[in-house]
This record gives sequence, C-alpha cells and structure tokens, in this order.
Amino acid sequence: MIKALTGNYAVAWAVRLSRVKVVAAYPITPQTTMVEKLAEFIDKGEMDAKMIRVDSEFSALAATWGAAASGVRSFTATSSHGLLYMHEMLWWVAGSRIPLVMAVATRTIGPPWNIWTDHSDIMDQRDTGWIIMMAEHNQEVLDTIIQLYRVTEDPRVFLPGIVGLDAFILTHTTEPVDVPEQYVVDSYLPERRQPYVMSIKEPITMGNIPSSLKDNMKMRWDIHTSMLRAKEVIEEADREWSKLTGRSYGGLIECYRCEDAKAYIVGMGAWVGDMREAVDMLRDEGYDFGLIKIRFIRPFPDDRIAKILGNSKLCLVFDRSVSAGSAGPLYLDLAANMYRLGIRTHIINVLAGLTGLDVRSDEIAYVSRKLYEMIERGEEVKGIVWYFGGDELWL
Amino acid sequence: MVVSLKSLPKEKYILPGNAACPGCPEALGLRYVGMALGRRAILVIPAGCTSVIQGLAPGSALNLPVLNVPFASADAVASGIAVAKEIIGEDAVVVVWAGDGATADIGFGPLSGAAERNDNIIHICVDNEAYMNTGIQRSSLTPYGAWTTTTWAGKKEGKKELPLIMIAHKVPYVATASVAFPTDFIQKLRRAASIKGFKYIHLHAPCPVGWRFDPSKTIEVARLAVETGMWILFEAERGKVKISPFSKPYADKKRRKPIIEYLKLQGRFKGISDEDIKVIEKMVDEAWEILLKLAT
Amino acid sequence: MTYVKYLPLAKPKVGVSGKTGTWRTERPVYDPSKCVKCDLCWLYCPEGVIEIRASSERYISIDYDYCKGCGVCVSVCPTKALRMEPER
Repeated sequence: MIKALTGNYAVAWAVRLSRVKVVAAYPITPQTTMVEKLAEFIDKGEMDAKMIRVDSEFSALAATWGAAASGVRSFTATSSHGLLYMHEMLWWVAGSRIPLVMAVATRTIGPPWNIWTDHSDIMDQRDTGWIIMMAEHNQEVLDTIIQLYRVTEDPRVFLPGIVGLDAFILTHTTEPVDVPEQYVVDSYLPERRQPYVMSIKEPITMGNIPSSLKDNMKMRWDIHTSMLRAKEVIEEADREWSKLTGRSYGGLIECYRCEDAKAYIVGMGAWVGDMREAVDMLRDEGYDFGLIKIRFIRPFPDDRIAKILGNSKLCLVFDRSVSAGSAGPLYLDLAANMYRLGIRTHIINVLAGLTGLDVRSDEIAYVSRKLYEMIERGEEVKGIVWYFGGDELWL
Repeated sequence: MVVSLKSLPKEKYILPGNAACPGCPEALGLRYVGMALGRRAILVIPAGCTSVIQGLAPGSALNLPVLNVPFASADAVASGIAVAKEIIGEDAVVVVWAGDGATADIGFGPLSGAAERNDNIIHICVDNEAYMNTGIQRSSLTPYGAWTTTTWAGKKEGKKELPLIMIAHKVPYVATASVAFPTDFIQKLRRAASIKGFKYIHLHAPCPVGWRFDPSKTIEVARLAVETGMWILFEAERGKVKISPFSKPYADKKRRKPIIEYLKLQGRFKGISDEDIKVIEKMVDEAWEILLKLAT
Repeated sequence: MTYVKYLPLAKPKVGVSGKTGTWRTERPVYDPSKCVKCDLCWLYCPEGVIEIRASSERYISIDYDYCKGCGVCVSVCPTKALRMEPER
C-alpha cells in the first residue's frame, strides 16, 4: 500500500515489518523520528517489540547487541556524533559475528555543530566489518532494511549491517513509498539465524583472550571473506525481493545509461538522484556520460565496477566526505581496487556537498562537463577537486 | 532465607587451574556466584581481572554462559540480554560481574542508565579498590590514603559511595557483601535473583597483589574490614537499610576493632600518618551515621 | 555447511592455564586427625581445589595439580588441621 513517508518513517515501517523484537536507541537529530515512530507503534500495540530507552548511543548499540546475541532480531539507529560515540561497539559487534541492522541518518561531524548531511560519519565505519550501504530514496530505505535482515542473518554472512540515509534530504522528506503487506515480508524473511546464542542452555564464553594469535588473525580473515561472500547474498536478496514486489535495485551497484557510456559519474546516497538528472542533461548536450550508483561500499563491489569501467576514458568519483590529507573514501576504495584489477582510466575525485552544502543536478553537470573538457584537451587533473557550488571549482 | 554452609552446592562454575593470582578474591567470589545462582546465570563481564582469569580460548575457566564486553558497556549489554530473555521466555538471571573501574568510573553512565530504567539485571561490583588488571592504578573506589601506581603519596580523595548512589536511584535492592562472609553474600545473591528489576551488590574483594599482603591473608583482611567497621554489610530494599547480622555489632563504635589492625596488614597503607588514620576514622563514623539514619 | 569458521568462542576447561600447581612454592598438608569437618577450607579455597569426601576417612582432598599454594585454607582452618610446607 502506498503511503506518504519520510525516510525516517520508512525505516520505522521496515523495522516493524521485519518483526524486530528489540529496539534500543538514543535520540540524535535527524534520526529522532525513526525511534519516535517505533515507540508509537510499540506503545499502541501495533508492533510486538520492546524498546529500551537507553542513556547514550554507546549503550544503544550495547543493548541492541546484547539482545541480538541472546537470540532476538534487534535494531538500532543513530547519526553523526552518536555513531562516533558507539564506534567501539561497532567493532565488538562485527567481531562477535552477531547479525543486526542499524539505520544511520548520515550527518556531518563537528565542530562546528552542524545537523546537515554529508557522509563523514558512515565512511568512518568502513574498517569495522559491518556491511554498509546508502539509499537513494525512501522506497530503497524501506526495501533495503528488510533485505539486510535477510542478508545479515544468512549463514554465509553473519555480520551486522548499516543502511545509510542522508540527513533531512531523505530522513525528513516525504515521498510516496509502497509499504509491502506483512505476509509478503514474512515470506521473504526466514526465521532468525545466528552462529551462536547466549543462553543458560550452553556454557559458552565469547571473547576471552585467544591462545593462538594466528586463530585471531583468521577471525579477521573470516570477517573479510564473509563480507566477500555477502556480495552474492546481497544480489540474491535483491532478486528475490524483486520477484515479490517487482522492485530491484541491481544488487551492489546500479548502472544508469551505462551501455554506451565512455565517461562515468560515481556516487552514493541521495544525491545519486541528482546525478541521474545531471547525466540526462549531459547526454542531451552530447556527452557520453553514464552513472554508477554505488549502493554498498562494504563489501566493495570491485569486480562489478571494473566490468563497467573496463573501456571507459573518465571516471568522476563524487565524495561527500574526505579523509583529510589523502582523498575522499569512495575514491580511495575505487581507485585502489580498479588499479588492482588492471583497470586504467582517468579517475578524478570530486569533493562536494560536505557539511550539508547543497549540490544541484546542474552543478553536478557543470563540474562533470568542465572536467570532461579538460581531459579531452589533454590537461592534467592531478589533484583532488573541491567543488563549492556555482563555478567555484578548486583544483 | 538463611543459607547454611553445609547445604551449599558443590558443582564448580569456575574451574580450577585458571589464570587468577593465588589467593584471588575475584575467583573466590565467582565460586559463590556459582553456588548462589548455578545454571540460571548468564555472566556479562567487562574488561577487568576476570577477563583474564577466564584463561585463553578455546578454553575458559568459567562453566557458565559468558559474554565478554567492552569496558563501559556491561550494564547496557545486560539490559539487552534481559529483555531478550524475557521475550524468549528463558528463566535466566543476567549478572554483570564488573570491577570498580567498570562500575564506578568508565561504566558509570550505563550503570546509572540501567538502574534508572530498573532493568532486570544484577550488577555485582567486585571491588578490589583499584584498576588491578592494568597494574594497580587508582580508581574512584580506591580508599583514602591508599598507595597505588598513580597515587604514590596515597590517595587524597575518599571512596566514591557507590552503594549510597545506587540507593538514591531507588532500585529495588542494594546490598554490600564481602568474600569473608560467603553465606551472607550467597543469601543476598539469591534474594536479588528473586526480585524483578535492578539489583546492585557491592562485593569487597581484597587483592593480595594490589594491596600488598600475603595471599594467605585474603579472608583475614576482608574480615577485618568488617570488624573495624570500615566495610559495612547491609541490604536496602526500596531504600530501607537493614544492617546485616555480621556487621550489626560494629554499629557500636566501641566494639569496632582499631582501624590500624586492618591497615597494618596491607603494604598499600605502609607509612600512613596518624592524621590520615584519624581522617579515615572520621570517614568510618560518617558512613555509619548515614546508614543508621537510613535504617530507621 | 558451515561457512563461518573462526569464531571468538571458548568452552569450559579445567586447567585452562595448565597445571597451575607448578606455580606454588609451598603446599597445604592435611592432617585428618585434627579435622572437625567444618567445611571452611572448602568454602574459602579461591581455586576450588579442595573437595569434600564426606564418606571417606580423609574428609577433604586437595587437587595438587591445580593448588596454587596461596595458604588461605591454612589461614581459615580453626584447628590447624592444615599447615603449609615448602614445596621441594
């Protein structure tokens, strides 16, 4: 049934439909209305779950994980500083191999205080062992949270997962969202599975010091390989969802107008929508641009991207955060992996939209056009390109 | 429900040949937790001595389900476990076994949060009065005048009054205990396990290595703490304090053994001045005053 | 098929730190003739290596494989039925 939902409410509906049993979260703008809506569902008896109104984000993930480790499907959500505050727990959760899903309203990090979007917070979690994706619109938010319960709880994976949605652009913007019927989600999500359960039935100890450092290192290897296996599981989950709802997102990435493209725009998150428009604009002007929408940054879809960039001449990676002193994280992941896979093309990093600075589709087109022309003329674009809007392009 | 020594179960929930120091009160305390709660317990253990006492994986000295957790997170994790077990319908007693650091310092926020929410867990603070696992550094529960590796001239501040703080949270059950009085501790554990809501038990655990005394004296030191009135055994249900039988005699100041008897056994108080001893005496008097007021 | 192979899990094990009896420099020696069967040594042993043999002549047994020689049992015994002797 189609409802007019903000991204936050789409999260709440997805969590409800996934039959989550425990929610523990601490408010932070702009995630707050996700949790408020869930509290309302629960208190009105519309959702059979318990909410723990924790004292901080660190406690939020701790409590959510405690419940998940004890055998119950659980959920938490946060943003920005809250995500940073629970960073220690993110590592512990992934290392313990207990599946759970978290929604992150991606928001920039201070100082100064700033509630608007960028991807600094979510990119900062890349090393933790969590599956990480970002949605383009609210329908995708709802669909992917449900899909992630299936993916994370798959025995081939057994890792926790994050669905990211841009602050305010998605969290607080109302869009029409097709909310599936409960029976559809019930047929899609199997009973929860996890590698072990903390229970009085079995005296197992989790997490004590290992006698073999080699075994410890192999646990890290196991997380990595499980993440690689997750690629297939994610694509499977997408296909199965498509059979039930008619909606597919392409799995790890989606390609728009790639068939005859020679230049590519690459991005993650809500502004991919603007990138689609930019590609259409550029195509109308005769530029052979295509768009690679990255849905999942972890696991990184290296081979899927390599297939597309194989005979490209230009790739513009738009990052909405920066690893200061190096480059944007999406660019770093992509460039390193493409090189490893033998792909040689011009890859340029465009840093834009940080700290919530809005970027319009025509501005994306402007930057893309300009850089395309420069490369055509044989000009070197060695550096990281910072774009502040209008014609303020700092090379 | 008085616990008789002879009736205590013999099953081992902490196994011999573990990594604890000889004479360790934490290992001893865990034996009592096992005797009190047995197979119903799920232990949540934040960083501390017991993290190491478990020994190296793939083995564990603990014959109970144990979740090792990040330092500050124990009470929040325990809250999550308790809620999940209620949903599943499993009759588990969720126990946080946390040292003074994880209780009073780094874990203080989540502790207070769980207490305020009245989450259905038992928090046991196994108090060896310093950050022992990292090498005897001072904690907020280190007593006045004690040497630690970060207070070479003796701690200048008094001991943070965790039991009183927990009483102020208005939780259903707060108690203090000591490894020298196991039947008292076990009775309090069983009482706590029978109550729904947040329970707090503060266990005095003299550490031979950190307090500088011979390992054979662990029980003697713990007993003296009570006999000098420095450690007060009590229970508080809904804020109403009841001094425990083993501490009752020492409500009368005249019956308390001289504090020096307790201090002189411990190298961490070596060379403590008479003034400082007087300060400690005053602290002891004040502590009794407050508790006796809450007991009326 | 199990895909995830390396988990940070452990199982209960006696002697997880090996034969900790090798740590001690002295050992408790039991004299049953002085024993009044109060159970205090069993109660206070931090390692749990003292076991009660109610039906035996030797009321308690000490597992010297794991006894760390702390001396708490000797200290709490009310009748000196236990005494410490140097380990040779």
